[in-house]
Amino acid sequence: MKLANKVYKGVLYISLDGELDEYSAEYTRTYMEQVMNGTGFTQIVIDLTNLSFMDSTGIGVLIGRYKKMKDKNIPVFVANPSSQADRIFKMTGLYQVMPKVS
Amino acid sequence: MEKVLNKFKMEVEAQSENESFVRGVVGAFASQADPTLDQINDIKTAVSEAVTNCIVHAYKKKGGTIFVECELFADQITIKIADNGVGIEDISKATEPFYTTAPEDERSGMGFTVMQSFMDNLSVNNNFGGGVLVEMTKFFTKEKAADLASGE
Repeated sequence: MKLANKVYKGVLYISLDGELDEYSAEYTRTYMEQVMNGTGFTQIVIDLTNLSFMDSTGIGVLIGRYKKMKDKNIPVFVANPSSQADRIFKMTGLYQVMPKVS
Repeated sequence: MEKVLNKFKMEVEAQSENESFVRGVVGAFASQADPTLDQINDIKTAVSEAVTNCIVHAYKKKGGTIFVECELFADQITIKIADNGVGIEDISKATEPFYTTAPEDERSGMGFTVMQSFMDNLSVNNNFGGGVLVEMTKFFTKEKAADLASGE
């Protein structure tokens, strides 16, 4: 898993490149936690364009980050999920807390 | 009974590095029957969930052996994933959406629900002698899957 981030016009963008499963969960969680603890943004977009695989362990990681940001009143969105990720998001209701943006 | 076109068995160590390995192997094996890309992704996702359960729940991240067995037919694949771990106390509860024994570890509790949704058939049983056996079937033809869903 490769992660990258940038802040642009008050939005923190975090991009995930690779596969999000039990193996990559801990690193992904730690990375996201670190950049989300930064300042200079009021919204977060998680870009999944290059995420080639995800399972329910990934849902746990994303919902965990959502809960932390909710305490700070910072909304989190997801962008460009694959059709496989999209189905998991719909099934688990993730979009209800992390809406999809394009 | 339909003819088995191909089959394999393997044992892997229950460590998370092997998740992508096992789902890759099963996905590649299934591709011999010429399924759609979506079907392969469904299979890989379900396998990943079952393997995660072995690593995280059955063996509590302390390692052990995961047993994988697949049979390929012209129109379906059957996948068995088993462990010798702690077993599941209440299977019907464990398979409920959002039920998890480890919420503090940010587990979603959706593993079995994903397996159920992505495959056409799922059964979860405690193994005689310990551990859990998960058996899953994926049909490659839409007609078969629809028949099963309507109980025919």
